[in-house]
Amino acid sequence: MRFLLVEDNPDLGQAVKSRLSLDGHGVDWAMSLAEAEEHLAMAKYDLILLDIMLPDGDGRDFLAAHRRARRDTPVIVMTARSAVSDRVALLDTGADDYVTKPFDFAELEARVRAVLRRRSGAAQTALTFADLTFDPLAATVAVGGETRDLRNRELRLLEVLIAAPDRIFSKDHLHDRLLSASEAVSDNAIEVYVGRLRKKLEGSTARIETVRGIGYRLTTT
Amino acid sequence: MRFTILSALAALWLSAPAAAFEIEEETIFGDGPVLISVLSTTDTGVFAPLIAAYQAQNPDVSVRYVVANSQEVYRAIHDEAAAFDLVISSAMDLQMKLANDGFGRAHDSDAVAALPRWARWRDQLFAVTQEPVVMVASRAGFDGLGLPQTRAELVQVLRDHPERFAGRVGTYDPVRSGAGYLFATQDARQSDTSWRLAEVMGRLDPQLYTASSDMITAIQNGELALAYNVVGPYAQARLAGDPDAVVILPEDFTHVLLRTALIPTSGEAPDLGRQFLDFLLSEAGQQLLSEAAGLPRISAADLADGPALRPIRLDPGLLVFVDPIMRRRFLDEWTAAVVQP
Amino acid sequence: MSTRRASATGSIRRRLVVQLLVVAALLSGLLYLSVRTVAATAVDTTQDGILGAATVFIAEELRGGEQGVSIEIPYAAFSMLGAVGQDRVFYRILVGADTVTGYGDLPLPDWVVTGLEPRFYTVPYQGAELRVGAVARSVLVDGAQVSVTVLLAQTRTAQQTISRQMANRAALLGLGFFVVAAILSMFTARSVLRPLSSLAQALGRRGPQDLRPVDRAVPSELIPLIGALNGLISRLRAALDRTETFITEAAHHVRTPLATVRAQAEIALRQAGDDDTRTSLRNLIRAVDNSARSAGQLLDHATVVYRSDQRADAPLDIAAVLADMVEGYRPTATLRDIDLHLALPDQPVQLAVDRLLFESAVRNLIDNAVKYSSPDAAVDVSLTVAAARAHLVVADRGRGIGQGAASTLTRRFTRGSNVSDVVGSGLGLTIVRDVARASGGQFDISPREGGGTCASLSFPL
Repeated sequence: MRFLLVEDNPDLGQAVKSRLSLDGHGVDWAMSLAEAEEHLAMAKYDLILLDIMLPDGDGRDFLAAHRRARRDTPVIVMTARSAVSDRVALLDTGADDYVTKPFDFAELEARVRAVLRRRSGAAQTALTFADLTFDPLAATVAVGGETRDLRNRELRLLEVLIAAPDRIFSKDHLHDRLLSASEAVSDNAIEVYVGRLRKKLEGSTARIETVRGIGYRLTTT
Repeated sequence: MRFTILSALAALWLSAPAAAFEIEEETIFGDGPVLISVLSTTDTGVFAPLIAAYQAQNPDVSVRYVVANSQEVYRAIHDEAAAFDLVISSAMDLQMKLANDGFGRAHDSDAVAALPRWARWRDQLFAVTQEPVVMVASRAGFDGLGLPQTRAELVQVLRDHPERFAGRVGTYDPVRSGAGYLFATQDARQSDTSWRLAEVMGRLDPQLYTASSDMITAIQNGELALAYNVVGPYAQARLAGDPDAVVILPEDFTHVLLRTALIPTSGEAPDLGRQFLDFLLSEAGQQLLSEAAGLPRISAADLADGPALRPIRLDPGLLVFVDPIMRRRFLDEWTAAVVQP
Repeated sequence: MSTRRASATGSIRRRLVVQLLVVAALLSGLLYLSVRTVAATAVDTTQDGILGAATVFIAEELRGGEQGVSIEIPYAAFSMLGAVGQDRVFYRILVGADTVTGYGDLPLPDWVVTGLEPRFYTVPYQGAELRVGAVARSVLVDGAQVSVTVLLAQTRTAQQTISRQMANRAALLGLGFFVVAAILSMFTARSVLRPLSSLAQALGRRGPQDLRPVDRAVPSELIPLIGALNGLISRLRAALDRTETFITEAAHHVRTPLATVRAQAEIALRQAGDDDTRTSLRNLIRAVDNSARSAGQLLDHATVVYRSDQRADAPLDIAAVLADMVEGYRPTATLRDIDLHLALPDQPVQLAVDRLLFESAVRNLIDNAVKYSSPDAAVDVSLTVAAARAHLVVADRGRGIGQGAASTLTRRFTRGSNVSDVVGSGLGLTIVRDVARASGGQFDISPREGGGTCASLSFPL
């Protein structure tokens, strides 16, 4: 996905950009509203990540103008304020959702997914591998025409694996992608989710292969 | 000095005469340990039933009932401070004088509170009976003449028939009788006709009396054709069966004498006096006075029935003719009019 | 941040009423005294008038002559004295210095009696107080002028009786006046203070954010108050603006670096190979979340307490708000494969509450439920209406509330004994409880049958 990140703090901006890139997203980073306008004029983004306090204006004013111009790029606001007082105001201004700093990237991704699903419905392209048709927005996988619902972690696991078939992903990597960094989970959590996904993929030519001592990969029989 | 006579008169009146007052009759009823003394102008016989009834209620009280004429009654209290617990007199002016001059005790009870306003003066003088003052005529004496109904008619008939009435009219002697003086002064106050009447009577050689009963007797035995200013209830009682005598209530005005009671300061048992007075004013007492004693009870309704009936007012006016100078003056004028030389 | 109740140094209305009553009482007393005085004077004058007339009447009937003075007391002269009441009558007639009739001991005035114009004096006589009228005239006796003095006196019983009656009437009049004045002063006090109380009501009706200057037509006496009030409001607004800005800035300056640290830690975590590094990075991230959360909840709690004093209660469809909030939480829950079930009544549920307070309570409840549930569990949120109350229940299948009474969980910074591995500050339930208290609602937390926790928040409709 392609994000426009509007954040004036260089450290945070860099960190967010790097972190999102790790998950394979393209990120353009604007440090001011003016810069953001320039980016928007030149490229099309799947989502805007917007900070509120910017050197050349208030993010909420930008949001209002954005909505007045009938641009439909979804916006998720990153707020440093107390959650109590801002939610209503932010949503009223036209933000699709918000996250409170500091935010969990897994949660950000979940919210992005929810926003995109709300905004564009099933228009997103489905991914295919072997006889699998994977629709991440609908959270379904079709095996030979039979559509199966995926739970969130199964979905994300499949998303990671299907993005690079045959590539071996380490348990740690999957752990980081699937689970919140602050969450305490058991050591065999990844085995559990892999096991569940395997069940969902039963009857398919695609399968998740355990590479002993290294990790997992999606491959065909 | 020019004023010697007047001053001497005043001095005579103002200083207390030494002589004791004159008693007509003294009776003691019962032998109870407690004694009440009553001084009255009313005959003992008339009052006996009331005393009996009172003693029936109060058996331990014996009643000393003393009768005197009204001036003596007045003198007894005013000059001699005689020890009586109740004074009942027909001389309203003298009773008024006693009350006014502070010889009466205050009394307040339900019985006196029930009296009409005209029947009491302050809380000291209380009327116990109301007695019209009437004329008594003999039918024989007026044979062929209409019976006079007013003083004017009386003046007319007397003036027209001097030969017939000469020596045959009688009235009180105001000089000797307190009641007579009261009636005469009230007459004089009330109308000029009374002076004309006095003059007319004066020409007829009138007979002068000191008591109503004597005048009634004189009517009954034919000595008198007319008695003027007779105490009504006496006349009615005495003449009830007499076909000849007629009691006439003058239609121009008829004085109503109020027999009044006073509780003198000189009494020794004022509470008994109050008790006896309340008894006289009670329903039982009033009924007895009317029926047994023949003295009409106090009744505003009875007065209303006779338009000419005018109770002699218990007001300070009564004091005027008690004044010795005024008395002298009045008697002089009256004598000049009636007792013609 | 609690509102201190202003201490009263007395009530203006009471003071006004008391003062008006005092004035009314004074006026009543004055009225009583003046009516009494006027009445007493009138009675005196009446008695003197009659007494004087009677005295003159007697004097006029005096005649001179060769024999001496002829005295005739008119009956009416005495009789008229009985017109007013039954008072005792005394008189004394003197020719020169000699008493010729009447009461020789009736005291003479201490001035010389002359003329037919009656003069009056009051003396004690026979134990009573006498009003005496005195006139004198000259008569010719045997060619010489002789002075005759007439004294006519009356006790004052009737006059005193009438005076007493008048005094009673005057007292009644005064009392009546006082009662009327008292009633009127109540009304007056009320109407005088009406602008003040309506101003107070208008200010009381204002919402917590309404810091507009007061712009009302008020009596001129209140204009300084309004001026001072508007000055205070503008200073307050400036202070609040500064505070808000400060909080925002502070939050921004704390949270932004935390966000940076967290993001970089996550990046590092992704790149770290060995388990020790990964563990310490996870701990770091957890510590960041912890402090951010604590800061957030402290701020939330402060806001809740602040708003409890100045609630903007407005009719709110809490069913819609609840649906909206659950929807907002769904991504967070889904992330852990937790199903958020929501059961709402068919009808909107209107409740007069402060929206921010309500949301903050609900958010804390759902946040707790999601946080303490294990992955793949379900959280049930339901809103029902029963017995004129709205019941909001958030039930999870988490680890439960553990040891200790439920009530201690709602104390500040108190956390369950079994949750040390989950990020939390211990303020969440305190916030919920405070909101319930401020909104007239009730908050209960109890173990759920079959495991987990059941938190219920109910409000009267």
